Amino acid sequence: MATARTASRAPSRPAPGPRARSGSARGRQTRAAWLFMLPTLVVLAVFVLWPMAQALYLSFTEYEVFTPATWVGLDNYTRLLSDPAFGNALANTLYYAAVTTPLSVVLALALALLLNQRLPLRGFVRTAVFVPVVISLAVVAIAWTFLLDPNIGLLSYWLSKVGVVTEQGWLRDPSLAMPAVMMVGVWKNVGFYMVMYLAGLQSIPTMLYEAARVDGAGAWARFRNITWPLLANQTMLIVILAAIATLQAFDQIFVMTRGGPFFRTETLVAMTYRIGFKEFQFGYGAAISFALVVLIALLSIGQLLYFRKRTVTY
Amino acid sequence: MATRSRDGRGLLTTWRVLGTLTGLAIALAMLFPLVWMVTTSFKPEQEIVSFPPALWPEHFTLENYTGVWERLPFTRLFLNTLLFAGTVTVFSLLLDSMTAYALARLNFRGRGVVFAVVLVVLMVPWQVTLIPLYDMLAGLGWINTYQGLIVPRLTNAFGIFFLRQFLLAIPRDLEDAARVDGASEFRIYWNIIMPLAVPALLTLGLFHFMYNWNDLLWPLIISQDESRQTLPAGLALFMGQHVVEYGPLMAASVLTLLPVVVFFVIIQRRFVAGVATTGIR
Repeated sequence: MATARTASRAPSRPAPGPRARSGSARGRQTRAAWLFMLPTLVVLAVFVLWPMAQALYLSFTEYEVFTPATWVGLDNYTRLLSDPAFGNALANTLYYAAVTTPLSVVLALALALLLNQRLPLRGFVRTAVFVPVVISLAVVAIAWTFLLDPNIGLLSYWLSKVGVVTEQGWLRDPSLAMPAVMMVGVWKNVGFYMVMYLAGLQSIPTMLYEAARVDGAGAWARFRNITWPLLANQTMLIVILAAIATLQAFDQIFVMTRGGPFFRTETLVAMTYRIGFKEFQFGYGAAISFALVVLIALLSIGQLLYFRKRTVTY
Repeated sequence: MATRSRDGRGLLTTWRVLGTLTGLAIALAMLFPLVWMVTTSFKPEQEIVSFPPALWPEHFTLENYTGVWERLPFTRLFLNTLLFAGTVTVFSLLLDSMTAYALARLNFRGRGVVFAVVLVVLMVPWQVTLIPLYDMLAGLGWINTYQGLIVPRLTNAFGIFFLRQFLLAIPRDLEDAARVDGASEFRIYWNIIMPLAVPALLTLGLFHFMYNWNDLLWPLIISQDESRQTLPAGLALFMGQHVVEYGPLMAASVLTLLPVVVFFVIIQRRFVAGVATTGIR
């Protein structure tokens, strides 16, 4: 079809350029390729790569909106090292990631194992677990805030019935605010990782389980010797994706606590927001955001190394 | 033998009942905040603030829904969000797929470098660009404008990567035949490759739309003015300013989430398949 329509154009095609040259087909593809990529490259260069370079530059300057940026060398970075607020945000970010990543992954695997069985209502349960993934975290965080309200919150009331009582309420209690935003983070994302695990489970040949059953292997032995090792790649990928996502936690924290109480829930992204857009210290804010770059770069490099070295085959 | 199999069946039934009940409990727990949000949005204000709180309203009311428009420029916020997420989705699909086509199907010098740039952009957290981007857009006078919200998002490294992986798997015969017949690269891209990529484009389009519809941080910074604000940012800021008006806030939240949930339930098969493939390389 396409060939019939384009055939009439064929004679005019080879006219421009030296068609005898052996590299002409590749030359034409090269030109076409750069034309295809041009809009993307312009957008990436202007709105992503240049700002990245600019962020690096700004992190070596003192720049507070109305005064021009002045070069201060490593001052922002030495300030980071001695700034208790940065130490706090870094610790909060790592704490948040260190709890929510394994928790999300283990729950996702458990849910996937359960919902990979042929059970009645399986489709409904899968949908229910996945719905939080598609909706706005900022908007549902409003509902969570209300649910945890010490005076009129339903969840807070139910928890008080089973003995979990907080005087100030979850989000104002310095030791409970972080667990509260962690819980919302896990609730929001667990369905995403569950679906990835389900895909992994479905790619394991059932033949292996049948053979194991014939050999008399119980449920635990089958999980331990077939499912878990064959999901190794999927687990690694999910752990890394989850860790990268949790290091960027912001939305529910902004809505539920604004980083409080006493900065107990302020993550690196939340601190970048506060320093950059509440206090308008652009230079220092840029330096803070590079801490996030370093953390995520380490994870990405780990991911590359892992997947370069090994692939589990069936 | 017969007794053994009957025992096995009994165990299986117990397991099925237990498994189903567990699943049901999990589903209810996951949906609880959303169900509560909907029921609360139909409660009169005095019931919302009464103690002890209840899940189900005693008297149904619509006053919270009418109240949304008195307190928020809801229609405006809705249209802003739709325009932002919709435009970004359409253009990003076009630009992402053109680049993915070049990277996956064309043979040219510099391909490795461009792909490496895409990977770098994919790996560097975008929040690092926030401050310089804000600074740049402020210089252009693009703060609180649609172009300020939209243009920096016209292409997406994840989208390029995702489509490239998909396009690599398409057999080359068709386009080679077309190339021999002298078809232009654009024609091959548009008439041969894109129709084959429709499933991947739909999945990616859903990701783009959902991500931008739900996004908080970017619109929060780039459009602080109500005339250009999106729903998540608008509601989050509304919550910060107004202390206890939970009724209208819940009604507005329901109106924000409902289209997404309904849309998702309709197309969930494709969506879930899309998530599953993000893990496959």
